[in-house]
Amino acid sequence: MSGHSTYVPGTAFERWLEKRLPIISLVHDSFVSFPTPKNLNYFWTFGAILSAMLGWQILTGMVLAMHYAANDAVAFASVEHIMRDVNYGWLLRYGHANGASFFFIAVYIHIFRGLYFGSYKEPREVLWILGMIIFLLMMATGFMGYVLPWGQMSFWGATVITNLFSAIPLVGSSIVTWLWGGFSVGDPTLNRFFSLHYLLPFMIAGVVILHVWALHVVGQNNPAGIEPKSTEDTVPFTPYATSKDVFATVVFFVIFAWFIFYVPNYTGDPDNYIEANPLATPAHIEPEWYFLPFYAILRSIPDKLGGVLCMFGAIAVLFVLPWLDTSKVRSATYRPLYRQFFWILVIVSVGLGWLGAQPPEGGYVIASRLFTAYYFIHFLVILPLLGLIETPKPLPTSISEAVLAKNGHQPAHT
Amino acid sequence: MTSLSKGAALVRQAVLAAGLILVAGSTWATAAEEAYEPAITKQLWSFAGPFGKFDKAQLQRGYKVYKEVCSNCHSMKFVSFRNLSQAGGPGFTEEQVKALAATVKVQDGPNDNGEMFERPGKASDRFPSPFANPEAAKAANNGAVPPDMSLLAKARSAEKSIYTWPINWLLQYQEYGPDYIYSLLNHYGPEDSKVCETGYYNTAYLGSRPCFAMPKPISDGQVTYDDGSKETVEQYSRDVSAFLMWAAEPKLEERKETGFKVIIFLIVFASLLYFTKRKIWANVAH
Ligand code: HEC
Ligand code: HEM
Repeated sequence: MSGHSTYVPGTAFERWLEKRLPIISLVHDSFVSFPTPKNLNYFWTFGAILSAMLGWQILTGMVLAMHYAANDAVAFASVEHIMRDVNYGWLLRYGHANGASFFFIAVYIHIFRGLYFGSYKEPREVLWILGMIIFLLMMATGFMGYVLPWGQMSFWGATVITNLFSAIPLVGSSIVTWLWGGFSVGDPTLNRFFSLHYLLPFMIAGVVILHVWALHVVGQNNPAGIEPKSTEDTVPFTPYATSKDVFATVVFFVIFAWFIFYVPNYTGDPDNYIEANPLATPAHIEPEWYFLPFYAILRSIPDKLGGVLCMFGAIAVLFVLPWLDTSKVRSATYRPLYRQFFWILVIVSVGLGWLGAQPPEGGYVIASRLFTAYYFIHFLVILPLLGLIETPKPLPTSISEAVLAKNGHQPAHT
Repeated sequence: MTSLSKGAALVRQAVLAAGLILVAGSTWATAAEEAYEPAITKQLWSFAGPFGKFDKAQLQRGYKVYKEVCSNCHSMKFVSFRNLSQAGGPGFTEEQVKALAATVKVQDGPNDNGEMFERPGKASDRFPSPFANPEAAKAANNGAVPPDMSLLAKARSAEKSIYTWPINWLLQYQEYGPDYIYSLLNHYGPEDSKVCETGYYNTAYLGSRPCFAMPKPISDGQVTYDDGSKETVEQYSRDVSAFLMWAAEPKLEERKETGFKVIIFLIVFASLLYFTKRKIWANVAH
C-alpha cells in the first residue's frame, strides 16, 4: 500500500540504484512487506497459481514455437514432429495443451472465489474489471492456440466461431472475410492466429501487472470481507503468503502432472488427431471444455445475432457486476440468502457447460434455455434485489475477532 | 427472516427443482431416441495404468498384421522404419529394421542427371503408402478413403458416458482407441446381412448406423505367427490394436516413467513446503 517504504538499502549499490530507479523498494513493498490479511484461506492462492501457469504457458509455448510451422500444409505434421522426434517434445506439447486447461480451471476457481467473498465490491471495481480483461484475453489466446495444431476440431471450431461475426448486421460478412484473410478459414487465418497467439500472452502479462498494481493499492479482500483495522489483522506477504502460495502451487502441479503424464488426451478432442479437412465436417463440432458454458448460451438462442449478443452479454454482466450487487456486505459467509444463490449459480454454470457438449436437440435445448435465462436472472434480478431484502448476519468487528470466532477461541493451529 | 426473504428462498428451491427435473428429463428423452449404441468393450492392455509398458512380442505380431493386411489400404505416414527399433517400441534390432526397410521400393531423386530413380528402402524412410493420393484411395475403396493409421488409435471418440466419464481421469482410462479398434474387427455381422444397403454391417462402428465402408479385413489363419500365438481374428485384432496404439503414441513408456518420477518429486517437495509453511504460521492465529 502507499506510504513510506520499509525498505532499507543495504549496500552502496542499492542506495545508488534506489536514487535512480527505486525498483528494489517497489518489489520489496509489493511482495515482501505488503500487509496481507492473516485469515486468507487456500482460495487466495489461485492468484499465485495463475501467475505460475502464465509463466509455464509462455515457457512451453516459446519452445514449441521453435519447432512448429504455421502453414496449413505442414502445421499438423510439425506438431507430430514435435511429439515424435523432438527431445521431450511430447512433454512440451502435452504440457502446453493441458496447461491451457489448468489455466482455465485456476481462473474459474479464482473468479468464483471473487463471487463468493464479494471481492468485486467497492473499492475493488477496477481490480475486478482488469481481471475480466485478462479472462477475455485468455479466451482469445486459448481459442487461437487451439487452431494451431490444424486438426479437424481446430479447423471447424475456428470456422464456427469466426462465422459468428457474420451475425453483425450489414458489415458482418465483410468482417468475417477480413478475419479469415480469404473466403474460408485457411493458411492466412492460421498465420495470423499464430502471430496473435504469440502476442496475446504478453498482453496478458501486461494486464496482470496492472491487476497486481490495483490489488496493492486497495489491498486484498479476505474471507470475512471486512477491511483490516490494525497491524494485528495482517501479516507481511513474505514469508507468510509466499510460503502458502508456493505450497499450493506445487500441490496444483501434482494434479496437473497427473494429466500431462497419465491422461494427456483427456481434455482434448479425439477429432483433433485427424488432419484438418475442409471437405469433411465432423458430426459434432465442440469447442474446448472451458468455452462450453458460453457455447451453450450461444446455441440456446434461436436467433444467430441474439445468440452472439447473449454469449458476449454473459461476460458483459460480469464487467458491471460491482454495480449490480446492491448489498453492503461482501462475504457470503454473512449473507445467508446470497450464499444459497451462489451455489445455484455454480450448479447452473456447470450445467451449462455440460449442456454445451450435448447435441442441440430435444430436452437439451429446453434445459439450455432455462439455464441461460437463470444465469442472467441471477445477475440482473436476484443480485440487485437480494441486497435490499436480505438481512445479513452481524459482521465481526475485526479480522482478529473473526479468526477467534472461527477457531472457537482455541489456540493457533494450521 | 422477512416475508420477502422467505419468498426468495422459495424461488430458489423452485428453480433448483425445475432444473433437476429438466436435466433428468432431457437425459431420458435423448436416451430413448438413440436406437444404435456401438458395442465397444473395454479390454485389458499391458500399456494401461501408471506403470504400463508395451508387450514387445505383441507389437511385433501387430506389425506383421498391419504390414500384411491393413497396409494394403491404410497409410501410416508419420511412422518410419527406424522407429521400430527405438526404445519403448516393438524392439526390433537395427539389423532387422534395415532388412524390413529394404523390402520396399522407394522413389528418390532427382539424381545428377535430373532423373527420379527407385532404390531399396532405408531405416530413415517413412512407411510407404498404398495409394498415390486420396483420390486413388477413394476410387479403390468404393468412395471411402481408408484413414491414415499413424494416429488412428487416438482419433476415435473417448467414452462420454455421463456416469464414468467424469472419473476416467482418476482411473487413467486412455485406451478407448485400442478398445475401439479391437471391438471393430470383432463385430462384423454375417456377410449376408441385409441391414446395410451400402457398406458392411458392423455393430461396433462409431457412427449413426452400424454400417461402414471397410470390408472384413482379416479372418482366422490369414497371418502366420512364428511365436506360437493363436492365429485367430481375436488375437490378430488384439495385437494390431496394441501396435496402432504404439504407432500413435511411441513415447508412451517414456511419458509414464518420467511422470512417476516427477509426481513423486512433487509430492515430496509439497510435503516439505507444507511443514515449512506450518512452521512459519505457527504463532499466528489465522
Ligand atoms: C480393403 C481395404 C482395407 C483393409 C485391408 C483394411 N481397411 Fe480399415 N478401412 C478401410 C476403409 C475404406 C475405411 C473407411 C471406412 C469408412 O470411412 O466408412 C477403413 C476404416 C478403418 C477404421 C476407422 C473406422 C472408423 O471409426 O472410422 C479402422 C479403425 C480400420 N479401418 C482398421 C483397420 C485394420 C486394423 C485393418 C487391418 C487389420 C484394416 N483396417 C484393413 C479399408 C480397409
Ligand atoms: C495465455 C497463455 C497461453 C494459452 C492459454 C495457450 C493455449 C494454447 C492451446 C489451447 C493450444 C493448442 C494445444 C493443442 O491442442 O495442441 C496452443 C498451442 C500452441 N501454443 Fe499456446 N497458449 C498460451 C501461450 C503461448 C505462448 C506464449 C506461445 C509462444 C511463445 C505459444 C505457442 C504455441 C504453439 C507454437 C502452439 C502449437 C503447438 C501445439 O499445438 O501444441 N502459446 N496454445
